[in-house]
Amino acid sequence: MAKDPVAKDRAPSKVAAARPGGPATPAQLIQFYRDMLLIRRFEERAGQLYGMGLIGGFCHLYIGQEAVVVGLQSCAQPGDSILTSYRDHGHMLACGMDPKGVMAELTGRAGGYSRGKGGSMHMFSREKGFYGGHGIVAAQVPIGTGLAFAHKYKKDGGMSFTYFGDGAVNQGQVYESFNMAGLWQLPALYVIENNMYGMGTSVERASASPDLWKRGEPYKLKCMSVDGMDVQAVRAAGLEAAAHIRAGNGPVLLEAKTYRYRGHSMSDPAKYRTKEELQKMRTEHDPIDHLRAVLLEAKALDEEAFKAIDKEIKDVVIAAADFAQKSPEPDPAELWTDILVA
Amino acid sequence: MTVQILMPALSPTMTEGKLAKWLVKEGDVISSGKVLAEIETDKATMELEAVDEGVLGKILVPAGTEKVQVNRPIAVLLAEGEKVSATNGAQSPAAPAPAVASPPVSKPAAPSPAPAPPAAAAPADEPQYSTWKTQSVREALRDAMAEEMRRDPSVFLMGEEVGEYQGAYKISQGLLDEFSHDRVIDTPITEHGFAGLGVGAAFGGLRPIVEFMTFNFAMQAIDHIINSAAKTLYMSGGQMGCPIVFRGPNGAAARVGAQHSQCYASWYSHIPGLKVVAPWSAGDAKGLLKAAIRDPNPVIFLENEILYGQSFPVPDTADFVVPIGQAKVERQGKDVTLVAFSIMVGKALKAAEKLAMDGIDAEVINLRSLRPLDTATIVASLRKTGRIVTCEEGWAYAGIGAEIAAKVMEEAFDYLDAPITRVTGKDVPMPYAANLEAMALPQVADIVAAAKAVCYR
Ligand SMILES: Cc1ncc(C[n+]2csc(CCOP(=O)(O)OP(=O)(O)O)c2C)c(N)n1
Ligand SMILES: [Mg+2]
Repeated sequence: MAKDPVAKDRAPSKVAAARPGGPATPAQLIQFYRDMLLIRRFEERAGQLYGMGLIGGFCHLYIGQEAVVVGLQSCAQPGDSILTSYRDHGHMLACGMDPKGVMAELTGRAGGYSRGKGGSMHMFSREKGFYGGHGIVAAQVPIGTGLAFAHKYKKDGGMSFTYFGDGAVNQGQVYESFNMAGLWQLPALYVIENNMYGMGTSVERASASPDLWKRGEPYKLKCMSVDGMDVQAVRAAGLEAAAHIRAGNGPVLLEAKTYRYRGHSMSDPAKYRTKEELQKMRTEHDPIDHLRAVLLEAKALDEEAFKAIDKEIKDVVIAAADFAQKSPEPDPAELWTDILVA
Repeated sequence: MTVQILMPALSPTMTEGKLAKWLVKEGDVISSGKVLAEIETDKATMELEAVDEGVLGKILVPAGTEKVQVNRPIAVLLAEGEKVSATNGAQSPAAPAPAVASPPVSKPAAPSPAPAPPAAAAPADEPQYSTWKTQSVREALRDAMAEEMRRDPSVFLMGEEVGEYQGAYKISQGLLDEFSHDRVIDTPITEHGFAGLGVGAAFGGLRPIVEFMTFNFAMQAIDHIINSAAKTLYMSGGQMGCPIVFRGPNGAAARVGAQHSQCYASWYSHIPGLKVVAPWSAGDAKGLLKAAIRDPNPVIFLENEILYGQSFPVPDTADFVVPIGQAKVERQGKDVTLVAFSIMVGKALKAAEKLAMDGIDAEVINLRSLRPLDTATIVASLRKTGRIVTCEEGWAYAGIGAEIAAKVMEEAFDYLDAPITRVTGKDVPMPYAANLEAMALPQVADIVAAAKAVCYR
């Protein structure tokens, strides 16, 4: 279990830089750093609020996987559509949704994105093109395909980004979707966030063929894989995929190899993996530490500047947590609203 | 600045836990992410990680302490250079959580301990068993599967996380060890596929128990449950039976939102070719599951997550089986009949206690089976009381209560002294917010009010 399936595919960032789309500028890299740090600090705080009983039900944290969504969303354009599973807080932040509104939804308050009625797994923002937050494993895949269909139908130049897990890849509806997307050349990017486990089941125990990225081949999807712990590599892959899709060449399947540090949800003791495996990922492949080292080496930022960013992010998260606790519970009348359009 | 480290809630239903072990000591420097302690919940041992940084000033709750309430301060974290003495309130370990907004005032239907009947007395309408033991619904389900798997080598268990993980809700604890990977089978997340595979295995002479992690996910598989499992006997002119059990938690848990909180009782009860059962107590769970596994037909077995941890007396013998199709009178009464199933039985019994204080003597029927429905027991009770309140967590529209009302009209209209009243979940998708969720779910007070209304009190 202590083997490291990510390492063999890990491209050093120099290689990433040589891919189409070119290297990110220093300013972009600093932005990636901020974006990833925001997700991490936000999630740590959410875990804490859960422990205090302020967040209830399921709460699936994204800690460890930050580079995937930050790298890919840097390739999105206004008007694109984004969807993911219940592990969605990072995606919402990466789409530019307000941390206060997200955290207040986690606490089930009136100030939340769904006015307290959705919870951790169910948030949406039409304005930011975020179409959920889906609690049923793989349900977002055909829905993301439908959003791609709508982009093509309306000829609005947009594309959909549909994220799902290594466990979700075994649902039949994924392949029904791939077939339609390939058949109709839909502008869809499918992203498998392979964090090595679906709940307590490793990829090897769930998938007959563990090369998940190849699963689009029979449906004529362009198939790619990337080191999801390296934000620059992810961005490069994302640019290549988006260019292919936006040029009208049809859908792309991208597998990002990543890792979740926390349990599946708050109540998972994660006994199915070794402490050493987790420790190795944290110390050797952490996406934030990695980018920090890159920025330091390039002298793009110094220690003082990092401290300032840390403080700034911490303040944003504290403000979000504060808002999420002070925002009132929804008005009882809300129980009966939003069931049908009047 | 000192920060109190609080006992965390580590699952949707946890209210207290054991502080098993400290992994740091006073004076240690704590960085965020460091594992501080191990905490045992009813399901698992979890690690508590630090969020804030500092020096561990004082441990307030020693290792080995049981039943530590969620949000009780367990240690004090000091900023670097700070002294322990600066932390005044920290000396009293039971001090309420400070500086933290109090948790949402309204809590959803709490997993309250069930009013267990005295361990010695067997329920009136059951054969007398001489020895009884107290066990949780969780253990009863596990024992039922284990006993049936020992008895019949064609019985096997299949589902997500049933084996190595020991069950997502720890229902299959120990089964993999006893029965090996041949008979306890972890599946990929592919409900439509493994439900269909189970049906094929049943056609092929095996007796599958298919666990859905929750019944919400069985919607992925419902085509096979209905079109393949339920209808094939009929379509094959009686040749092709399908002895299979589809089981898992059904209905609302706590704060898990609309896609994870739904009662499917009326959905499956609608289907000819299926049997549908919904246990409340551990005895129901054990006896009905054994009956379901032995039944030659497809049986939908609706459990409830909040009941898993509740304990009840269970007859201590391997031949205890609860026949499918028989309701049980849990409490005798003469003024009004409360008909309930699953978690609502506990709420109906509580309501009956409250009603007794107001001089209303309620009879409580635990349906146990929803298809076939034990109409005879309902009608017999109605003849005594003349009034019926049905209780279910699901929606009223085309629900189990609607079916009971129709049955009573057809078979016992003349005995009614008041219109049948339904207590149900509100006609909305389940909201996440604590206050709205509590409003959406039927509560004891709703049953009391409905019972009074039909008694014209
Ligand atoms: C249809 C369905 N089946 C089962 C579940 C329960 N469940 C929730 S998440 C999960 C594991 C999914 O793993 P993966 O797709 O790898 O995503 P990850 O959680 O790793 O992000 C399971 C089995 C569900 N939500 N929906
Ligand atoms: Mg996964």
